[in-house]
Parts: sequence; structure tokens; C-alpha cells
Amino acid sequence: MNKRLYIAFLFLSLLFLQVFILNNILFLGYINPYLYVAFVIFYPLREERFPFLFLSFLLGLSIDFFSDSGGINAFSLLFVAYIRLFFVRVFLKKTTQDYLLFDLHAEPFGNVFNYVMTLIIIHHFILFSFANFSTQNFSDVLVNTLYASIFTAILFFMGTYIIRKKK
Amino acid sequence: MQQLISFIQKYKNFLFFLLLAFIALFFTINNTRFHKSKFISSANKITGGLYEKSSQFSNYLNLKAQNEELILENTSLKNQLEFFNSKIDTVLDFTAIDSSHFHQKYVYSNARAIHNSYHKKNNYITINKGNKQGLSKEMAVINNKGIIGIIDDTSSNYSRVQSILNSNSKINARLKNSFHFGTLLWDGKDYNIVQLEDIPRQATIQIGDTIVTGGKSTIFPEGILIGTVKSKATKNSLRSINIQLFNDMSNIGYIYVVKNLEKTEINALENLTNE
Repeated sequence: MNKRLYIAFLFLSLLFLQVFILNNILFLGYINPYLYVAFVIFYPLREERFPFLFLSFLLGLSIDFFSDSGGINAFSLLFVAYIRLFFVRVFLKKTTQDYLLFDLHAEPFGNVFNYVMTLIIIHHFILFSFANFSTQNFSDVLVNTLYASIFTAILFFMGTYIIRKKK
Repeated sequence: MQQLISFIQKYKNFLFFLLLAFIALFFTINNTRFHKSKFISSANKITGGLYEKSSQFSNYLNLKAQNEELILENTSLKNQLEFFNSKIDTVLDFTAIDSSHFHQKYVYSNARAIHNSYHKKNNYITINKGNKQGLSKEMAVINNKGIIGIIDDTSSNYSRVQSILNSNSKINARLKNSFHFGTLLWDGKDYNIVQLEDIPRQATIQIGDTIVTGGKSTIFPEGILIGTVKSKATKNSLRSINIQLFNDMSNIGYIYVVKNLEKTEINALENLTNE
């Protein structure tokens, strides 16, 4: 029950944070953090993946509703959610037995950093590619991905640091 | 049958992922087409209502600037009214009322932008009026400084406006001092600069010339302000002109929606000649 409340809180807070605050930042006119990707990072590891995939899709779709962007957020978040386990295996070296006791904050920072950065960059790259929706302006996609990833990562690590300090 | 079930058992996660991915792709592709972008739109009850609430807070901060704009617009409207009054006094002197002179072609109604995007490739604005207030698809949206966009989706209380900062947007525009017209597009780079294409070669264009709407479409009235010529470039014998907008597209508050009363009549006539 506690876990479900945690997931619902994570879902709603990331949705509203993204839609009402982060989408209006526009640093230097066009750079926005897309912090809702943290949903995929914080969602507890489980063998059963149906609810996780569905909730990721739903969170992306809700953000699409607010920002009139078709299904690009839904697709990119769903994709990152699907490939998450692969990167958990590669960077954090966890197998199915470790899922229950898994705690991201207990892991070495280097591994966590690689894991989080990979997910953020893949997510942002898909997001901007679909937002562009053509083969033109490909350099814009790369530049946007780079800047937005840095911005998101800074917010993510600062946010987790602050939240951890309180406890 | 056994094999099929075991196959589904084995790849259920992947199949579920594929299903959701296809739904998302379907929405994405649909959204790129003007007439089909219905499903995912911020003009519904929930998102519209939430945007309305959040814009009420930010609206207070702009009250002073909005008041100043209203005063300016009132002044110019009063001046126009005086101009017409003087004409009536001196020339016509109240003879018979010719009904064709008093035939109204456009109706204006007001609304407020509750959400605005301008940094993406396809930008939309959500406004706080919809079907119930008589708004429908393909009505023009302007404000006192110039054009903003075209309504592309409505719900009962909210509408979504396809901003001129949208790769699907094509608007007929012309030079203010001549009748050479072209098409207004946006290349997705700077939100204060749009492009005017397909202008005939014989048109003489100076930097600083004013561009207004052309009135060749049934959506925009003729002569609504757009912007001034910033720079012009010729490549492959096609002229592309950069236009600095009068409107600051990042700062849109109260707007007017323009309804063309003769639209069905004009469309019926044009469809007749096409057949």
C-alpha cells in the first residue's frame, strides 16, 4: 500500500512539476529540463512490468495532453521504461534476485551517474527527434538533446541530494 | 495453439510495449495533420480547466501592461470613429439607408489565452472559450498588435489555436502598399521572425515595409497587421523574406476571435467553380 501511494505521489508531482513549472523555464529561450524521466529512474524494480510500462505511457500521454505534442512524450518515456532493465544489468549489475532490496542511493555514485545519464540522453534524443519529425535540422536535435540533458541531469542530482539530506 | 500461448507468455512484455508504442506513434502522426489533430489536445475539460486556474495567477502580473494596450487601442478606435462620423456629417447627410452599406461581414468576440507555447516546432495556444460561446474550427485569432493564429480544435469551454509559429500554418499575406501577395510560413527558428514565400518577382520590397493579411482566404479579414520586412534572401529563384512580427508571441494575453459571416457562402461558390 505504501509503495502504491509513493508511486501515485511520484506520478502526480512529476506531472504537475513538469507541466506548470519546468515547461515554462525556457533557459536562453529554448532549453527546458524534462525531469519527468525521473519517474522511470525512481519506480521500484519489479519482475512484473505491465503496470510500470502502462504508467510510464500514461505519464507521457498526460504531458502530451498539456503540451499539445501528439504522442512524443508518451513514446519516449515508454521506450526508456522498456529498456531500463537492460541498463540496470549493465551499469548496476543487478539480477532478478536483487530487485526487492534495490536502493538507488546505496549504489556507488559513478555507476548511478552513468545509469541516469544514459537514460536521460536516450529519452531526450527520442523526444527531440520525434518533435522534429523530419530529417532536416538534425543538428538542432543534437544540440537540444545535449543542452536539455545537462539541464535535466543537474536538476535531477541536485533534487535527489536535497531530498536525501532532509531524511 | 500451445506454441502460440507460450510465445505470448514469453514475450508478453515486449508485445505490450509494442502495443503502447503504436498507440503513441499513431497520436504523434495524427498530430502533424491539421484536420485530424483531435485526440491529444489541451482544449479539453481537465487540461483546459487547470491551465485556466494557473493563468489566473500569472494574469495579475500583466494587468498594468494590458491596461496600457487597451488605452492605446481605444484611442485608435476613437480616432477611426471620429473619422467616419465626420464623413457621415459632411457627405451623406442621412439620406436613405442602403442596406448593402451596413452589411456586416465579420464578428469579433474576445477571449483570453490561458496557455501559450512558442519554443517548439508546432506551437499551440489554448484559449478560455469554446463551442458554448460560438467558437468553431477555422476562425481567425488576432489581437490589437496583429495576427496570432487559427482555431483548430474546440471543446465546450476551451479552444486550441494553431499559432502562426507552427510548421503546418500557411496564411495568405501581402504588402501593405501593393497587392502582391504570398504565403506566410514559419521555419521553426526564431519566435519573433516568420517567413513570407512565393512573392512575385516584380514586387518591389524594401526593408521596413509593412506586411498585412491578404484577404484571399475566408479566415482572416484583409489588412490585419503582421509585421515588417527584416531581411530578404534569394535562393533558387525563390524569394524568401524574413518578417519581424509586431506581436511578441511569447507574451499573449487577451485576444479577439474573428468569425466570417459569409464563409459558407464563399466556400459554396468556390466549390462550385472547382467542379
